Amino acid sequence: MSNRKFSRKDFLNIVWGAAGTLAAAELSFIGLRFLSPRATDGEFGGVFNLGPYDGFPPGSVTPVETGRFYLVRLEDGGFLAVYRRCTHLGCAVPFDPAVGQFICPCHGSEFTMEGDVLNAPAPRPLDLFQLSINEAGEIVVDTSISIERDQPSPEHIVSA
Amino acid sequence: MSDHPTPPAEKPALLTRIRQSIQRGPLPPPDDRGRMKMVMNSLVLHIHPSKVSKPALKFTYTFGLGGLLILLAAILAITGVLLIFVYTPSPDAAYESMIALQTEIYFGNLIRNLHHWSGNLMVVVGVLHLLRVFYTAGFAPPREFNWVMGITMLLLIIAANFTGYLLPWDQLAYWAVTVGTSLLDYIPVIGEPLTRLLLGGPEVGAATLTNFYGLHIALIPLGIFAIVSFHIWRVRKDTITVPRKINQEVAKEKVTTVPHLISIEFVFALVWLALLITWSAFVNAPLEEAANPAHSPNPAKAAWYFMGFQELLLHFHPVFGAIIIPGLGLLTLILLPYLDQDMDTVGIWFRSIWGRVLTGLSFALGVVGSFGFVWLNEYWLDLPGWLPFWPSFISNGWVPLAAILLLLMGYYELLKAFGSKTCEARQAIFTLLLASFITLTFVGIFLRGEGMALIFPWS
Ligand code: HEM
Ligand code: FES
Repeated sequence: MSNRKFSRKDFLNIVWGAAGTLAAAELSFIGLRFLSPRATDGEFGGVFNLGPYDGFPPGSVTPVETGRFYLVRLEDGGFLAVYRRCTHLGCAVPFDPAVGQFICPCHGSEFTMEGDVLNAPAPRPLDLFQLSINEAGEIVVDTSISIERDQPSPEHIVSA
Repeated sequence: MSDHPTPPAEKPALLTRIRQSIQRGPLPPPDDRGRMKMVMNSLVLHIHPSKVSKPALKFTYTFGLGGLLILLAAILAITGVLLIFVYTPSPDAAYESMIALQTEIYFGNLIRNLHHWSGNLMVVVGVLHLLRVFYTAGFAPPREFNWVMGITMLLLIIAANFTGYLLPWDQLAYWAVTVGTSLLDYIPVIGEPLTRLLLGGPEVGAATLTNFYGLHIALIPLGIFAIVSFHIWRVRKDTITVPRKINQEVAKEKVTTVPHLISIEFVFALVWLALLITWSAFVNAPLEEAANPAHSPNPAKAAWYFMGFQELLLHFHPVFGAIIIPGLGLLTLILLPYLDQDMDTVGIWFRSIWGRVLTGLSFALGVVGSFGFVWLNEYWLDLPGWLPFWPSFISNGWVPLAAILLLLMGYYELLKAFGSKTCEARQAIFTLLLASFITLTFVGIFLRGEGMALIFPWS
């Protein structure tokens, strides 16, 4: 007769089961948060002040070693901070001044000065970092924020 | 002077008492019954049943591969613990530790080599063990879940290798791990957070080294230990499948584990230990220049066991090359024992004579077919170029995948039409895919040069 009814034992089983699930969820959350990446101020991942913008001539590509990006000034004077990491599988892409392109040594992807893909296997243009020019006319690059693009677009280019 | 009525019972000497305290009970009695009882009382022998099937002891059935995995795990644990005392997991000091191992520390090179070669060998032996189980239908009920645990361990073995790969912090390590973790990046939605968690930041750096060190010396070994214990316990409880010839009944004959199995295991372990030590004494684990995050070598290759995937990635859209194809493969692999209905061929190599023929044929077909595919893809096939109106995940993803699946289905139906049993046809498909993967891995390791162009050593 009582086998159809929801017994006290069933109830307790469910409550304890739920408490167990909750405990497991809490502990996993704590564990994951504990292991989540820490902020790295100052070095890569931090903010870089590169000084006055007119120190960089149009049509120049300046590597910023510690920030792992290139400061690109296009012919028309616009600025881009191009992340060095290949969008294919993460190799460090050097700039080849002879041809004016980024050429990845690993699997041969090629990119324009703006970072647009000329040659696969890279699936999308090189990523950018957020770049701004402050009131003093200095270039400030925040390497904690990377911008992924499907297409190059003029909206990413910062002009003085 | 004392007036004891009876002298006190004579106590054994200290050394004897120590020796006897290690062994619970006396040394093996000469008779079978006594031996079996001794086994029941012994911790070391608790992992074996007291009697084992006599035909299953035949070396050419298991090839001792499971046992070899245990030996390798033990060597890795011992040499690994030794290395912990020398190694500092920081970008500034890691490479120095490697140099110290080579130049200052007694037997430093030997211990590092042993660890390196045992680790790599374990991947190979893990796969061979899987193959021997597959081709003898060793996953017959009730052993299906042991197969699943086996796959999990294989993944853990690869994870252990991969995390260990970074620790020397040389160019090889740095870029192989960069390329390897970038593969994960292509998983939709969770790929990026996962990679970030693993790397401890956006790129391989100090945090990555700490993470990989923790995974490599604690988490992964603990996981392997836990699952191996479970695996071995199941092997003991389910008993190992019994080998037999075609049309032969399963032989029921049994022998006692001690000494029949134990002596084989002991000799086998000793021979392998000798081989490994000799090899490690003469062949050094690779070490390149210290890692330089600003300069990628050309070509930058993943670790050798990932070369098959890297090769897939050269031919397919990343979501397919890195996720969908390996994912489908892994899922099918896990489900194999549950899909297999034909279990009256258990213990027969390749199931039947016809099965043997098909396996050989399919292997050859897989090698030739996948090599042809790589060749065509390099010099002629250009799906994204031919189908420019479709996005590349269709033209270079769904289209080739569908073509390959259709070809496989055609092959399967053809085999069935020629009167193959389901299990034989499945075995043939498995073999074909295995051969393709081996071929891709081979191409990736040996035939890819600068810029990942196809090159031939003889040209
Ligand atoms: C750390 C890794 C592993 C260890 C230490 C290990 C150990 C063993 C041992 C000692 C045996 C007894 C028979 C033999 O030596 O072949 C065995 C059997 C077995 N193993 Fe593993 N194994 C490992 C990985 C795997 C893998 C990767 C698979 C497959 C996915 C697997 C599936 C099985 C199955 C199904 C059996 C029963 C075979 C039969 O009854 O014929 N194991 N394993
Ligand atoms: S990582 Fe740059 S092309 Fe592959």
